[in-house]
Amino acid sequence: MNRLSIFFLSFFLMFQSSLLAYSTDPKEFISELVSEAINKLSDKSLTIEEKSEFIEKIALENVDIPALGLYTLGELRKTSDKSDVSRYQKAFEKYFLKSLTSRLSDYSSSKFEVINSDQKSANYTIINSKILPNDGNPEIKIDWRIYTKNPDKPLIRDLIVEGLSLARTQKEEFASILSSNNNDINILISKLEEFTKE
Amino acid sequence: MISKKIASVLCFIIISITSLDKAKASEECFEGVSRTIFKFNLAFDNVILEPIAKGYNKLPNPIKIGTSNFTSNIATLLSIPNALLQGNLAQLGHSTGSVIVNSTVGILGLFNPAERMGLKPHKEDVGQTLGTYGVGPGCYFVLPILGPTTARDSLGMIADTFVDPFAYITIREKELFGISGNDLDYFSVKGTTAVDFRADNITAFESLEKNSIDLYSSFKSVYLQNRENKIKNSLGDQDDWGNLDN
Repeated sequence: MNRLSIFFLSFFLMFQSSLLAYSTDPKEFISELVSEAINKLSDKSLTIEEKSEFIEKIALENVDIPALGLYTLGELRKTSDKSDVSRYQKAFEKYFLKSLTSRLSDYSSSKFEVINSDQKSANYTIINSKILPNDGNPEIKIDWRIYTKNPDKPLIRDLIVEGLSLARTQKEEFASILSSNNNDINILISKLEEFTKE
Repeated sequence: MISKKIASVLCFIIISITSLDKAKASEECFEGVSRTIFKFNLAFDNVILEPIAKGYNKLPNPIKIGTSNFTSNIATLLSIPNALLQGNLAQLGHSTGSVIVNSTVGILGLFNPAERMGLKPHKEDVGQTLGTYGVGPGCYFVLPILGPTTARDSLGMIADTFVDPFAYITIREKELFGISGNDLDYFSVKGTTAVDFRADNITAFESLEKNSIDLYSSFKSVYLQNRENKIKNSLGDQDDWGNLDN
């Protein structure tokens, strides 16, 4: 099962884009964003810090981090106090960005190809793509869940690598922490803050 | 004494299976014990499996690819009876054809000419077959060394040794088409498969360890998603975002 490695190898590819505006067509959006990102991450003249900064910026612009945060909080988002949810959202964003940039070193040069686009509803389009690692490893199938409620600004909500959903994995991890701590959102927030301080 | 232990394990599995309708995979059989076993497995991995996998990764690529092909070809043997049990004739053809072609033209499975011929067998086991029959996963737990599983999949794992032609000629020491083996052959191949898998996932494991707040739950989620996909034979997207609009 090469899926796990692919899962994380491609994890940060989803957040790579340039400072340029990308197409509003979901298929073109992913194609342009990832191609740009691969070029950037392969650029040996950039330091790790510069690449991290770049990734943070494009993640903030092109990933629906607030929605991802709410999704990963599960049902608790509906019953928690608004101020707690807001604190959670801030902690989640920091956690997400740190977790993302820490995976930079995993990157290796690859070829990327968008295969298909499947509009599931007015709000969601799934983009099927594949990555062909240059080291001869088998190709990796990656699906992108694109939120298209605002057709002028598509946003990435999830990445499904060989069937493994990043968002779902995160949601289930948080659910376990919450369930072991009487669904106390403050414990989850503390754990996220601990992670970003490390 | 041993038979009593086996009977206890089987009793547990049967009880778990009988309550499959109620138990979701996300439910734990005995989380505390599973978390302890998980820690033991991590220690085992750190001390034994990971160093071996890192050494394995230093081998020349043709050796690694050949080893991977060889173990994969043997694993495909288990897919043959399971494709039959699932009534999936197309997969039965892919599995059988792949094993025949790779074992002969592919020199005992060291090469994979079957893939170039368009034969793409899915890996199927009894746990997946039960899943296709509508049997739910039951509760989740972790086994020493073997790792994450569910009530259904653990029962399937035992049943695998009865339907797997490779297990039949090795651990059961029977003869099939004039070929037979022993326990050592079986466990050597299974051990090599584990090393090959671990070597493939060095970076992924490190990344998961580094970025998880609750590693146990991350592994659980990845395991359960992977099993769901294998049962469906698809990489389907789970649409549980509902109406989460900003």
